[in-house]
Amino acid sequence: MKTKEFTVNQIPSSTMPIHYNEELCVGCNRCVDVCQCDILFPNEEKGKTPLVMYPGECYYCGACVMVCPNKGAITLQHPLMNQAKFVEIK
Amino acid sequence: MKWPYDNKVGVKTTIKCDVVVLGGGLSGCFAAIAARKKGLSVAIVEKGAIEKSGAAGTGFDHWESACTNPCSKVTPEEIAYAYVDEQDHFSNGIFHYITCREGYDRLLDLEKMGGKIRDTDREFDGARFKDQGTDLMFAYDYENKFTLRVWGTTFKPALLKEMKRLGVQIYDHVEATALLTTTKNGKKIGSGAIGMNVRTGEMLIFEAKSTVLAMSRPARVWLFNADTPGLCEFRPFQSIGSGHAMGWRSGVEFTMMEKSVRAEFSAAGRSFPPYGTGNNHNTWYAATMVDARGVEIPYVDRDGKELTDYYDRYYPAKGQKYFLKGGVIDDPKYEYRGPETLDFKTLIERGYQLPFYADLSKMPELERKVIWGMMVGQEAKTSVPIYQNYNDRGFDPTTHKLQSYGTGWQSASFLDQERQFFGAPGGIMHDWDLKTNIDGIYACGDQLFASDCAGAACATGHYAGRKAAEYASNVEYVSYDVSLIENEEKRLYAPLYKENGIHWKELNMAIAKCMQNYCGGIKCDALLKEGLDLLETYERDIVPNLSCSNPHDLMRTHEVLDILTVSKLVIHACLARKCSNTSLCFERSDYAEKNPAWNKKHIVIHQEDGVVKTRDVELDYFGDLKQEYESRNKEYIKEVNNEN
Repeated sequence: MKTKEFTVNQIPSSTMPIHYNEELCVGCNRCVDVCQCDILFPNEEKGKTPLVMYPGECYYCGACVMVCPNKGAITLQHPLMNQAKFVEIK
Repeated sequence: MKWPYDNKVGVKTTIKCDVVVLGGGLSGCFAAIAARKKGLSVAIVEKGAIEKSGAAGTGFDHWESACTNPCSKVTPEEIAYAYVDEQDHFSNGIFHYITCREGYDRLLDLEKMGGKIRDTDREFDGARFKDQGTDLMFAYDYENKFTLRVWGTTFKPALLKEMKRLGVQIYDHVEATALLTTTKNGKKIGSGAIGMNVRTGEMLIFEAKSTVLAMSRPARVWLFNADTPGLCEFRPFQSIGSGHAMGWRSGVEFTMMEKSVRAEFSAAGRSFPPYGTGNNHNTWYAATMVDARGVEIPYVDRDGKELTDYYDRYYPAKGQKYFLKGGVIDDPKYEYRGPETLDFKTLIERGYQLPFYADLSKMPELERKVIWGMMVGQEAKTSVPIYQNYNDRGFDPTTHKLQSYGTGWQSASFLDQERQFFGAPGGIMHDWDLKTNIDGIYACGDQLFASDCAGAACATGHYAGRKAAEYASNVEYVSYDVSLIENEEKRLYAPLYKENGIHWKELNMAIAKCMQNYCGGIKCDALLKEGLDLLETYERDIVPNLSCSNPHDLMRTHEVLDILTVSKLVIHACLARKCSNTSLCFERSDYAEKNPAWNKKHIVIHQEDGVVKTRDVELDYFGDLKQEYESRNKEYIKEVNNEN
């Protein structure tokens, strides 16, 4: 079978579920390996923040945040339309 | 960007083992552990990563039907038969009985592995739902105590650790794509499976004496959104029914696949994040609900009598022994109906105003804390997405009320043609060994027909694993036709070599629209046949033109090919049932008879060389549950008795 060169490019989505704090992220790629949907990819530069290549495929399970060794390095953000409303009890 | 992983397309690696388990969720892990403990070599294949994979990968909060726990006041027989009756016998007695009988044993296993099943931190001392002697905590029916509140986020990491300790061979990031079978003396026998690494494209051939299918249920058949495909269904984006598809291609039998319900949940595309809106079901039972004015919405018993004491929400009605609540219990029969808020129609008639809210501030402190902080936090997709996120947004359950959407607890309203496999849907037909119609191929968890719930996944997984191990211990490896490998290799890699072709999302969208148009709420032969014809044109004209640029997209492309296969299976199952059937949420316009007595049967369906075949099976084919179970599980019963 002939060899094919693979590429991966970020597939745009109206949402961005995963945000990294570059100062806190140590680039260990634990999140990359635990992501059930394989939407995260290791950075080409070792030790740098992973890349969210398939944001639309996120299932918002939060596994990446759960296994992250540095609290605050990853934030999971629901799409704006899904921010359920809560109000003060009068 | 350059692909960051090795390119191993064309590389084929063979792994020989006694038992191969396909799917690394709860049921798959327990199947692997049970088989390995019998001393066999075991491989487990998971498309994601086992540490958090599966429908309950990031947690679950309820363990249902734990009838043998020391506080339970019900027997396995009572609850298993109650489920069968509640579902009009379009139910899986074997599945329910295994769950009722062995579920609690699995919970004790999890505790030994490091999972948390008791309030060992003593956060809930003195609560009505807690047994002070055992530290076990209960939900729903505080009198009969057969549903437990558990710390499900701890379970998958514990199972992974245990499998590593036992020496199970773990294949994460490998998508199972096909079953291997061979025909011996005119009989089909399982001989393993094929998988593909979703990062490298490497093909893996698992030569095994027995195979366990543990790959959940189909999804994205009617519901799809190309912008946020990860949100279009309730179950994990990864779970799309590949196990059903490969089973169908290999001649495995299915039943109840004509059952689908008007959609109830998406992961958030149409709904809101699961368990993230105000409601009083499941994780949120029995939250206090209020209307727009802040007036409390009354709970009533099964006779409509208003409950005045808060704790009445957790006890059976006078003269009722127990009630059923849980994953597949929507609108139970009178006999099993528990406390519930007044129905929506009556509320509006009485002047209650939308929107409604969950107001936990009005509840006793420990009842509030067990919902917000324990249950919300341990249930799937709630630890970070709900508990942590909402706390970060400033939500405080003592000063805020959380809004409900729509008119019920689903948090969205769907159309009748937008359907889902929910509420104990169809799946693999099996015998008392959880064996399929093909020798050497077993199934468990959500792949079984009429299944549901995490405890059941664990119980049936363990059961299937030990039966698969018993079988593997008594047979030799059987060879398989090498042309199966060659054909699968061609099928798997074809989209990589097609330039400028069609993307998987376009096909998924078209399938979903086809199923909504031709296999929606109301069905008839002519419509279903047109739908089947359309799916076949996709297969003929579109599938050869699918293209993708890396192994990730190749995985997604094969998921949609499996969705296409499952869609055809669903239409065939619908065509086979020639009447309307309320229990299966199945409505026909071309056959007037509704629920005729002659149609109270399983229509079991499979295909052989492209020809669809059906046979009828009695609904109660499982026989006397206790007697049949005990005659087949003597060794297990002895082991459990010795441990106790």
